[in-house]
Amino acid sequence: MVPLSYYLALSGILFACGVVGFLIKRNIITIFMSIELMLNGVNLSFVAFAAHWHALAGQVFVFFVMVVAAAEAAVGLAIIIAVYRTRETLNVDQVNLLKL
Amino acid sequence: MLSVHLILFLAFGAVAVAGAINLLAQTHPINSALSLIAVMAALAGEYLLLGAEFLAAVQVIVYAGAIMVLFVFTIMLLNAGVEERTKGSRVAIIFGIPGVLIGSVLLGWVMLRHSGTEAVAAGALPGAPGVIGQLLFHEFLLPFEITSILILIAIMGAVVLASKPPTTSVGPATLTAEQKVNT
Repeated sequence: MVPLSYYLALSGILFACGVVGFLIKRNIITIFMSIELMLNGVNLSFVAFAAHWHALAGQVFVFFVMVVAAAEAAVGLAIIIAVYRTRETLNVDQVNLLKL
Repeated sequence: MLSVHLILFLAFGAVAVAGAINLLAQTHPINSALSLIAVMAALAGEYLLLGAEFLAAVQVIVYAGAIMVLFVFTIMLLNAGVEERTKGSRVAIIFGIPGVLIGSVLLGWVMLRHSGTEAVAAGALPGAPGVIGQLLFHEFLLPFEITSILILIAIMGAVVLASKPPTTSVGPATLTAEQKVNT
């Protein structure tokens, strides 16, 4: 028996790690992985609330989050490849123009 | 007294938090990707504890499998090396660290005091594939179809973005070549 607040605390820690990684990392792929970490933290709180309130809809929402994450990963990594092809760098400090 | 459920929760949670911190500490992207896989596997264990067995399987197959393979593949394709560190601004350190501390203390207080403290039992909710499929294809049919369109658009966008850019440069060399063909 684990209290709901423990699950929420773990979810918050994972989300905070994602935010910190998004802010301090300079590699664009690692920044993208931090976004995935944030999505995972939110997914955990969805499942915990679903178990707490006996509502299966929470688990279905996790599916939709996963689908959106997969679509986002495909498009985002394609954008990273396109940026690397023109800039020859993955450092976000050197990618400061929207124009390719 | 520690129950088995609580011990398993703490073990999986420790793995997840250690992986998340390792993701921040590592400088090479491939190490960060591998620690993110560890986080996702540990989260699958947490889902099992919450009774969402189908979600745990999907988490391992889709997240730790498909999405992370895409990440690792991109890292190797682009030959990403160790990232250069840049110094953060001093304002971020002066205001950021106290802000993070205050925010986390506030959030922890709210969660521990005001969220429900009754225990979540293991397997309190059936997360079997059949039940979720019923819900997905009855109540959530429209969002399900819309996400299929989203996936289709994402596939086409990825193909368009990652394909080689067409050589539409209208330089003097191509012009002369066309003129040669025309004449």
